Amino acid sequence: MRITRVLGAALLALGLAAGPAAADSSPSPSASDDGKAPSRAGTSFRTATEIEQGQQATASGSTGDYLYWSFPADAGQRPTVKATVKLPRTHGAQTWQIDVYDGLRRRQSCQYGSATRTAGQGAASVELACVLRTVRAWSEPWANDPLPGTYYIRLTVVDLGAADLGLPVSAEVRADSEDIGGAAAVDGSLAKPLVPGIAVKSEAEQDGAKSAVLSSIEPDDGWSSGWWTDRWVWTAVGGLLAALAGIGGYALTRGSGRPSRVPPNV
Amino acid sequence: MIRRQRLAAGVCALLAALTAGLAFPSTAVADETQQAAPKVELVLDVSGSMRARDIDGDSRMAAAKQAFNEVLDATPKEVQLGIRTLGANYRGNDRKAGCKDTEQLYPVGPLNRTEAKTAVATLAPTGWTPIGPALLKAADDLNGGDGTRRIVLISDGEDTCQPLDPCEVAREIAAKGIGLTIDTLGLVPDAKTRDQLSCIADATGGTYTDVRHKEELSDRVGQLVDRAADPVVTPVATEGAAECTKAPSLKSGLYTDREEFGRQRWYKVDVKPGQELRASVSVADDRAVNPDYGVLLRAVTMHGREIVRGEAAGNGRTDVISTGLRYPKPGSDDDTATAETVCLQVTNSFSAAAGVKTTPGLPLELTVDVVDGPSKASDVASFGLGRGWWLLGALILSGFLAGLVWGWLSRWRVAVWRTN
Repeated sequence: MRITRVLGAALLALGLAAGPAAADSSPSPSASDDGKAPSRAGTSFRTATEIEQGQQATASGSTGDYLYWSFPADAGQRPTVKATVKLPRTHGAQTWQIDVYDGLRRRQSCQYGSATRTAGQGAASVELACVLRTVRAWSEPWANDPLPGTYYIRLTVVDLGAADLGLPVSAEVRADSEDIGGAAAVDGSLAKPLVPGIAVKSEAEQDGAKSAVLSSIEPDDGWSSGWWTDRWVWTAVGGLLAALAGIGGYALTRGSGRPSRVPPNV
Repeated sequence: MIRRQRLAAGVCALLAALTAGLAFPSTAVADETQQAAPKVELVLDVSGSMRARDIDGDSRMAAAKQAFNEVLDATPKEVQLGIRTLGANYRGNDRKAGCKDTEQLYPVGPLNRTEAKTAVATLAPTGWTPIGPALLKAADDLNGGDGTRRIVLISDGEDTCQPLDPCEVAREIAAKGIGLTIDTLGLVPDAKTRDQLSCIADATGGTYTDVRHKEELSDRVGQLVDRAADPVVTPVATEGAAECTKAPSLKSGLYTDREEFGRQRWYKVDVKPGQELRASVSVADDRAVNPDYGVLLRAVTMHGREIVRGEAAGNGRTDVISTGLRYPKPGSDDDTATAETVCLQVTNSFSAAAGVKTTPGLPLELTVDVVDGPSKASDVASFGLGRGWWLLGALILSGFLAGLVWGWLSRWRVAVWRTN
């Protein structure tokens, strides 16, 4: 009787323990290709074309142009930026590069991916990738950790022969992100995401006036409020398991049946 | 209990943040632009060399005319379009007269397609290539209004009116007018033409395109006109000082300035307790500079103590180098606490070879946002919560040990009670 109860408790504990593991592997945000993907690019931070994550933006330009896009990234995401440049039929060797900047126009490093690549003479295209660090909800002002907000992509050729300048190229850019989840959850949060011009924007909204803003970017489902993390599940399950283990431990000390030292007929 | 306290603290902080947000809306008027009509002027080279028949078997002039017709058809309604020619009228050999030959073919304003097309149809390749004077005049044509201004220069040869360097003309124009961009297109250009046209484009943050086929020309010009129609924020011109005390006081917004090589620019921003200052700066290289460069943005107190800095360095080909910083000023319980004046110092480490003109300075773009401050982090982990199998193991073990101790204690107590 007691053994079955202990076994049952153990099974329950196992089942609960599997819970956080399931919560851990939350799927990455689904790519939404419903909206029309932009077919142009800006030429400066100010004019950067806004794209959403999962959108395949295209643009045609000339070799030597600086092409800018911007996308939103929220806390707990690890963005990956990929770009493909289709080169003209004849050209010399040229080196292309993507740089990613955060909402404060600070350059963000790539963890992996070849952000700079040289296309050999006559190569049809060149592919670039940059995996950023995980976006945190908060960081010290003295750090340049990625924070939620606007991210700028700059695509350009950094090394080319003089004769290749101005030749037509077309580029495809896509930003995706992997959801890192609670492992990256930190305490603290920004009052406003790192979106340039957000102070001006909120003012304009109060006035009811519609004016151009530096960046009107926002994720599909809004910026995360920052209080939810799967750490709540882990900690709650941990507490529950601790309680069960406590009951188990208590039960062990009681043994089965009446204590042997207690005489019968008491 | 502790958790409840934390929750209560969180709710209080939330309420405080909300009331702060309502009580102190950031006072920003810097780029309060209603969308003014964007202005574009197409500047077309009608010099004698446009007769060359090397664009898809047609003459360059014919290709340009066809492209103009297509672009005029596709021009967005809101764009005010003008057309200026250079070298269209003077046939003689007098350089002086030839270099003044630039004419406004169609004035910048609401577009009448038929009129504009008729005007374009009359053009015949004629004279010199006075790019510099034409750009100056084009900049005058675009004067007035708050919208974006764009010049699209289509040429097939380099400027024949030295010593007025069109590249320097372009730089002067960019330094004068806010948000004026010159995009250049070279029709089957030689190396010299390409250098000059790309130099003009770089000087104003524009683009250079090499055109060898008809459809490339109309596509590109159409794209550039469309680009002008995109609503963008017009920056406000400001002039930073050489020291903080004389610096201009900025509010949230977007600003432009010019900074010469090796000089510093100072600006001031007022930050109230509990607010966060965000500033970013971009310095563009609009002329030939040495390949290693950098920019430094420092937030300094009035007494000269550095609070935080943003720095960036780079090498190789670039349009801008930029960096930024944030400074959250801690909240204060004292209601009478006044705003702190934070000095922003911008320095750049661009350098240029001897012979490169240093005035006007490099274009500098500064964004300032003063927003509510961030919530403080009291723990590395979110709300101090844990995660992972080690956490579960530790909790289970401690729970189990607690259960054992509790069990033994109660057994011992029962035994003691029994014996008594």
